[in-house]
Amino acid sequence: MEATVANVLLTFLAVTAVGIIMLRDLLAAVILLGAYSLIAAGAFVVMDAVDVAFTEAAVGSGISTILFLGALSFTRHDQKPRPNHSWMALFLAVAAGGLLIYGTLDMPYYGSATSAAQTNPGLAVRFLEESGSEVGPPNIVTSVLASYRGYDTLGETMVVFAAGIAVLSILGLKRRRPGENAPLDAPGDKTTTLVVNSSADDGSIASPNEMKRYPRQRHRVLQVVTKLVIPFVLMFGLYVQFHGDYGPGGGFQAGVIFASGFILYGLIFGLQKTRAIMPPSALRILMCLGLLLYCGTGLLTMVLGGNLLDYNVLAHDALHGQHWGIFTVELGVGITVTGVMISLFYNFASKRSL
Amino acid sequence: MNVQIPALLILVPFTAAPLCVLFRHAVASWVIAFCANFFSFFAACVVLSHVRSEGVIRYKVGGWMAPAGIEYYIDTLNAAVLVLVSGISLIVLVYSYHTTKKEVSLSKHHLFYAAWLMCLTGLMGIAITGDAFNVFVFLEVSSLATYMLISFGKDRRALTATFRYLIMGSVGASFILIGIGFLYAATGTLNMIDLAERIPDSESQRAVLVAFSFICIGVMIKAAIFPLHAWLPNAYTYAPTAVTAFLSGTATKVSLYVLLRFFFSIFGFEFSFGQMLLTGVLLPAAIVGFLLMSLVAVFQTDLRRMLAYSSVAQLGYIVAGIALASQAGLTAGIVHIVNHALVKSALFMSVGCIIYQIGHAHRPSFDNLFKRMPFTCIAFIISGFGLIGVPLTVGFISKFALIEASLEQNYWWLAVLILVSSLMALVYVARVAEVMLFRKSRQETPESSGMSEAPMSMLVPMYLLIAIGLYFGINGSATLSLAGEAASQLLSGFTMELSQQ
Amino acid sequence: MEKIAGLYSYWIVVVLMMAGLYIMIARYNLTKKIIGLGLFQTSIFYLYITMGKVAGGTAPILIDGEQPVYSNPVPHVLILTAIVVGVATSAVALALIVRIYEEYGTVEEDEIKAIEAAEPEA
Repeated sequence: MEATVANVLLTFLAVTAVGIIMLRDLLAAVILLGAYSLIAAGAFVVMDAVDVAFTEAAVGSGISTILFLGALSFTRHDQKPRPNHSWMALFLAVAAGGLLIYGTLDMPYYGSATSAAQTNPGLAVRFLEESGSEVGPPNIVTSVLASYRGYDTLGETMVVFAAGIAVLSILGLKRRRPGENAPLDAPGDKTTTLVVNSSADDGSIASPNEMKRYPRQRHRVLQVVTKLVIPFVLMFGLYVQFHGDYGPGGGFQAGVIFASGFILYGLIFGLQKTRAIMPPSALRILMCLGLLLYCGTGLLTMVLGGNLLDYNVLAHDALHGQHWGIFTVELGVGITVTGVMISLFYNFASKRSL
Repeated sequence: MNVQIPALLILVPFTAAPLCVLFRHAVASWVIAFCANFFSFFAACVVLSHVRSEGVIRYKVGGWMAPAGIEYYIDTLNAAVLVLVSGISLIVLVYSYHTTKKEVSLSKHHLFYAAWLMCLTGLMGIAITGDAFNVFVFLEVSSLATYMLISFGKDRRALTATFRYLIMGSVGASFILIGIGFLYAATGTLNMIDLAERIPDSESQRAVLVAFSFICIGVMIKAAIFPLHAWLPNAYTYAPTAVTAFLSGTATKVSLYVLLRFFFSIFGFEFSFGQMLLTGVLLPAAIVGFLLMSLVAVFQTDLRRMLAYSSVAQLGYIVAGIALASQAGLTAGIVHIVNHALVKSALFMSVGCIIYQIGHAHRPSFDNLFKRMPFTCIAFIISGFGLIGVPLTVGFISKFALIEASLEQNYWWLAVLILVSSLMALVYVARVAEVMLFRKSRQETPESSGMSEAPMSMLVPMYLLIAIGLYFGINGSATLSLAGEAASQLLSGFTMELSQQ
Repeated sequence: MEKIAGLYSYWIVVVLMMAGLYIMIARYNLTKKIIGLGLFQTSIFYLYITMGKVAGGTAPILIDGEQPVYSNPVPHVLILTAIVVGVATSAVALALIVRIYEEYGTVEEDEIKAIEAAEPEA
């Protein structure tokens, strides 16, 4: 049954992929990519990867789509017609794909419980059997992510941070046309068109066409609904942050959800109002603070006589230490991710400096 | 040695990066970067001397025994890479103080140095780790930081160069990810030592083979090995000058290290060169690479582009050494990793000085250069000798070792081809030297007469690097014995007897 | 037959990955390339998750007093990291696209190349 559902979803994915290849309209392709991520997230649930599904849904079909739309609102929406085939590319893809399929021929079958990966006493079996007594949290993914492989997560947090400041340096600060820093959007004047309107205020980037397509009008219903929804979004973010030990979730997902609350507000009420609530300089501090919290935990464990990120030394009892360690580390991730995601949104929405 | 030094080596620059962004002050961020980098360099030297005297270091991150946790595995090779990367970064960082002021807008300096630190952390993180997936994570840290550093270039072509690098780099990283996935499916582990033990017994040998191919291709893209080098020339040409000097000495070298680690330690010599016939693939690529790219370099008029193509050619020598698959060949390859890093960084630094003063590095429009910037010109010419392989320079040591290694296997034709390629290097260096020394200005303008040398803070680090190069050129046995040690460790696989921590 | 049933999902995923790779190489539009990258990476995530699935298993969250079959948590952890890396790369790429469009007025690779070819050496 499970396998059937997964295979049906896989077929959907294939259809979506064909759509993405064929479509000339980039806007449609982006939306399809979001759908692709969402379907994949569904399949991940079927395959028991609830944490991954959560993240893929939040990131792949949420944040990622918003970023794409942000970029598209500056550039053209359609790719120019070109000869449809590139034999070289086709050859490379077929060769690589053929090699991969050859490699799968003696791989363990789907769902096999006796494969090398499932039976390795050093990793999978150890995590399943010992993590409860060694680390504590019922959610094994959290244990592995934050403790056994906490160092990977440290690197991952830095990748997020790097993306945040990279976008800041590429889009922010330096302006090609100085003197254009006039307020980009009138308060309360935003519709769901993301950044299109804001760039239209510049008078140069958005074409008159786009202006026509997205008339500036007040959306009372949206505004009211948003105000109702946002508290719940933020609360859910907190829940995911602090409940990640017990169920799917954790710092990363929580950060994305928390940020999405602000992004939603920005979309409906305009960037200026959002900036008043969450000023860009606060974001910069948040970004750094989260990462420093993570590094600080690492330093603290070393000061207390353990190895890097060995949480056992944080309290008298090893399990308590692990608990505290995972808590602070996840909090660090959550803070950095929140800061970076909102900052990304600001940058794409306004291209103005922090 | 304090047992925590390997961890601090990574954590200190790691922590310094957000601090730079937090303080948002141009000079303060440079100072933070310098201090952190200095610490890393110092720690790397301590680690290297410890590894050479007491043997391999294994450090359990998180206190978890591998393979459940991630560990550092440090032997002579990666300790040497750590010293090389942090050392070159430190020297170029001093040099970058002035160039950055000129090339990057003041309000972005904190971001620039934060990116620099992240790049350094990423590169050292790749070199120090003993976990295959962790390599991917830190590869991405360094890649994102590198994209950011290149995009600081003033020319708008820096943007497209970055984008192209990003596309190729992401394909490379994705290939590595696929390869690690297949390895995991075949063996159920991610730890390098554990992988090395389990690969021969795996029931999925085809998956292992595919994993090998994909990791190979992925890393070779990152290392810019011919014919997968397309991103490199533009990236090196349009990046800020200090960034080019930094990357040319570190980024591709670390990728080569990863290649060595996977070829020899993880998959093993037997698998890579026996079963996979790697010599048959690598050697032709290397030879075509160093011949063709040297030839292309001869016809470049922009100095940085010329040096970039020459970098791809020099990488060809290293790959040729590896492809010989012998102790001598491997030693030559490793020694050339170090030597080429020293020479090429110094060369890019001298070109950076020219750009700093004149604003471009377009050979045909130089005039009276020697009179205006004598120290820079001398630096370029000395380092250029290193590139060609003139005796008493580092280039001579490694080329001699390489030729010896190829003669050892009776590949006399390879020795001849290396000499031919060196002659081409002579041509392109000489063309620049000729313009520098002998071309007089066509018309006397006020700015074309009189000295206008680059500031001391640029000259001193450059000459320091050249001095190090000369030292290792005259005393070649120091680097050769180090490389020989690393090569024999690689050929014998992972060492188990160690000072466990 | 058993082989086909057991490996079917791998094969489809491989085809999807290659669809993404094809878009990245073949399409001239820079945004489309990044869409291809997204497709490529999401498919790699799928590949990993497929490897961790155990038939009849459940999500790797411990339940008190029971001993169910759990799916393998290791690929989940790795992919959580990889997803983050993927979105970070896309964000940087999109920022570059915006700037490229500002500077060149186009995001078509061949048009950019034509403009660059006309420029003098740096």
